[in-house]
Amino acid sequence: MKMRMKAPALRAFAATLVAGALLVGVAGTGARAEGLNSEGYLIPQRQNWSFAGVFGHYDRAQLQRGFKVFHDVCSNCHAASHLTFRELSEPGGPEFTPAQVKALAATYKIQDGPNDSGDMFKRPGKPSDTWPWTFPNDEAAKSALGAVPPDMSLLAKARTVQYGFPYFLAEGLPFFEDEEQGPDYIYALIKEGYTNPPKGFKVPTGLYYNSVIQGSNHLIRMPSPLAMIFDNNGKPNNPKFYTDGTPVTPDQVARDVSAFLMWAAEPKLEERKRMGFNVLVFLGVFASLLYFVKKKIWAGVHDIPPAA
Amino acid sequence: MSGPSTYVPKSAIGKWFEQRLPIGGLIHSSFVVFPNPRNLNYFWTFGAILAFMLVAQIATGVALAMHYIPDARFAFNSVENIMRDVNYGWLLRYLHANGATMFFLAVYIHMLRGLYYGSYKAPREVLWILGVIIFLLMMATAFMGYVLPWGQMSFWGATVITNLFSAIPLVGNFITTWLWGGFSVGDPTLNRFFALHYLLPFMIAGVVILHIWALHVPGSNNPAGVEPKTSKDTLPFHPYFTIKDTFAVVCFAIFFAWFVFFVPNYFGHADNYNPANPLVTPQEIVPEWYFLPYYAILRSTPNILFIPAKLAGVLAMFGSIAVFAFLPWLDTSKVRSGSYRPVFRVFFWVFVLCGIGLGYIGSQPVTEGTILAGRILLLGYFAFFLIVLPLLGLLETPLQVPASIADAVLGAHGSTAMLKGASAEPSVKG
Ligand code: HEC
Ligand code: HEM
Repeated sequence: MKMRMKAPALRAFAATLVAGALLVGVAGTGARAEGLNSEGYLIPQRQNWSFAGVFGHYDRAQLQRGFKVFHDVCSNCHAASHLTFRELSEPGGPEFTPAQVKALAATYKIQDGPNDSGDMFKRPGKPSDTWPWTFPNDEAAKSALGAVPPDMSLLAKARTVQYGFPYFLAEGLPFFEDEEQGPDYIYALIKEGYTNPPKGFKVPTGLYYNSVIQGSNHLIRMPSPLAMIFDNNGKPNNPKFYTDGTPVTPDQVARDVSAFLMWAAEPKLEERKRMGFNVLVFLGVFASLLYFVKKKIWAGVHDIPPAA
Repeated sequence: MSGPSTYVPKSAIGKWFEQRLPIGGLIHSSFVVFPNPRNLNYFWTFGAILAFMLVAQIATGVALAMHYIPDARFAFNSVENIMRDVNYGWLLRYLHANGATMFFLAVYIHMLRGLYYGSYKAPREVLWILGVIIFLLMMATAFMGYVLPWGQMSFWGATVITNLFSAIPLVGNFITTWLWGGFSVGDPTLNRFFALHYLLPFMIAGVVILHIWALHVPGSNNPAGVEPKTSKDTLPFHPYFTIKDTFAVVCFAIFFAWFVFFVPNYFGHADNYNPANPLVTPQEIVPEWYFLPYYAILRSTPNILFIPAKLAGVLAMFGSIAVFAFLPWLDTSKVRSGSYRPVFRVFFWVFVLCGIGLGYIGSQPVTEGTILAGRILLLGYFAFFLIVLPLLGLLETPLQVPASIADAVLGAHGSTAMLKGASAEPSVKG
């Protein structure tokens, strides 16, 4: 009755929003579509991650295990140029002790200089150093491995899974957030991707078949990194690989290293979500108070008094 | 801005100052006693939301600029340094990157509001054109801002868009080289884009002041589309609209905060977390969502007569924005508000769907199907402005427009309508 003129446009707008939200809700559940897509790619599945959701936070023990995988395996080839040693002991990460991190850094030799006589020299690493790379430059990596392995400090944000329209609409909504698609992808690539090629498919030497990799005819230059930890039957070469008693399985290792890479790419995630929750609560309360003040001020302005 | 001010400062210092610079009176007449139509709906709060977003972008942008390095070797790393090592740098950057998205969301709603309610019609043509200029400046600003982090999408987006200028006959290649400051997008390009990205928001702020000035001459349009006639039709800006706008801004901030804190990279592109590499072309080069409809127009346009497709695409793209500036003369209807134009209303929503459809096409890899769909939607987009609007004014029979805003709010049938409001007195209606 009140505000008659607003009705048509607002109603249309509201209807669009509601219809959109419904569509998105339905689509969101569909986004977990199973299996290979039409072009023979394996579509990475959504995994459960401790850092998903409004209250998401990293699992310290998992990050520490993931770090071990990164340290022992991945970092032999991959750089992590934005990652500093000290971040490993900062809050919201694997939270190693500063002493552990100092000792770890000291095991690396870092090029420094020039010194007073103009010479470059090597010194033990310090917590403030960034993660050193095995290779002196991209060219060296390429000549050794056939391709430059992508830098790992941002890898989890530089990769994603594209579910396409209309699913992407859902990814912005609570509980369907898109933030976990990078680790979903990495997990799938190393755990599920190394399958046998289809019959008749010839894999050139130096390349490997991977059904998750896109854009290069399923071929990747990286040998299966899990094959460096497990034998062909999925048995770990070293059952004591993890020191915290967690069973060493391909699934566990892939999951742990993916979580670690997410932290490496987004070290402020916990702080961000915590602050975000407080901000939303504050703004919510503030908005409700404003709503009542507004109601009060506008009270009666649009009322029709009872007919005389 | 609305005639001589009756403002009298209370304090002696205030009086002294006011005689020398009557800024208090300006604020008083523009944002305190300024009469606003009483029937404005929440679509009219987007002006305040936009002002808030501009201030937010400038504030976060200036802080980012203190840590950012506009050098092709260091730009990417400096942004990552902001994310990791600058205190609350991650917050600044996510606010700024998502702020651009929110800014565009708000401006699109603001513009469609104007389109629906005929806000561009006399006497508000200059106000409208100033708005179109702000929109163009925003697009330039956002485009150059997206280049600054110097990721893969930054680099290749800049390459694709600057290359458009090479479509200009004769001087095209010269202009492109001149824009780049070299023979490809590189360090000089990054440097000048940073300088311009810093400059343009302040130019936007300047045009915004003109925009508000031009608004305060005729005052706001309103959902009924009839001008206020008596003081019954209006309410003073303060407290009625200050509180309403503040409420709307805070609600918008909640929406904004959701993205900043929980899905900060939702609107971004994963490939932009890979450093720019001139040797590796990404599988797909997609602009930010707010440019997608224009990108689709660019890619769908065919050869037109003697104009090659590339040039035609560029012309169609710029034309699709420029055409907004001519709306006051393209729309021939005497009735302002879409609420009283039943046929216009249908075409309005068809137009909105064309825009969304073009956006979708712009996000897809080019295939024959997308080109065909793009062309149909493109025709729909331009037909709305160039065919529908001019003809509809002549052919459509509008509904009965209310005699006054008070009528629109209370209904013309109320016998005795009592309007409460600071400046309103009881009135009798027949
Ligand atoms: C033997 C060296 C080597 C090791 C060890 C290694 N990688 Fe790689 N990785 C590469 C190379 C080389 C590439 C580039 C592949 C290409 O471009 O075809 C790569 C690429 C990748 C990619 C990117 C695929 C894409 O989407 O482009 C991911 C993810 C990845 N590696 C994860 C890992 C993880 C996790 C580990 C540790 C468990 C690991 N890698 C260990 C050499 C290695
Ligand atoms: C109209 C207002 C503005 C808009 C729409 C805008 C938009 C953008 C966008 C889209 C980006 C890229 C974000 C990303 O993906 O990282 C960006 C980056 C940047 N902007 Fe702005 N901006 C505005 C105002 C400003 C101002 C006033 C300044 C400085 C005084 C500024 C400084 C920067 C800097 C330093 C970056 C690079 C850092 C980064 O990428 O986060 N911006 N801007």
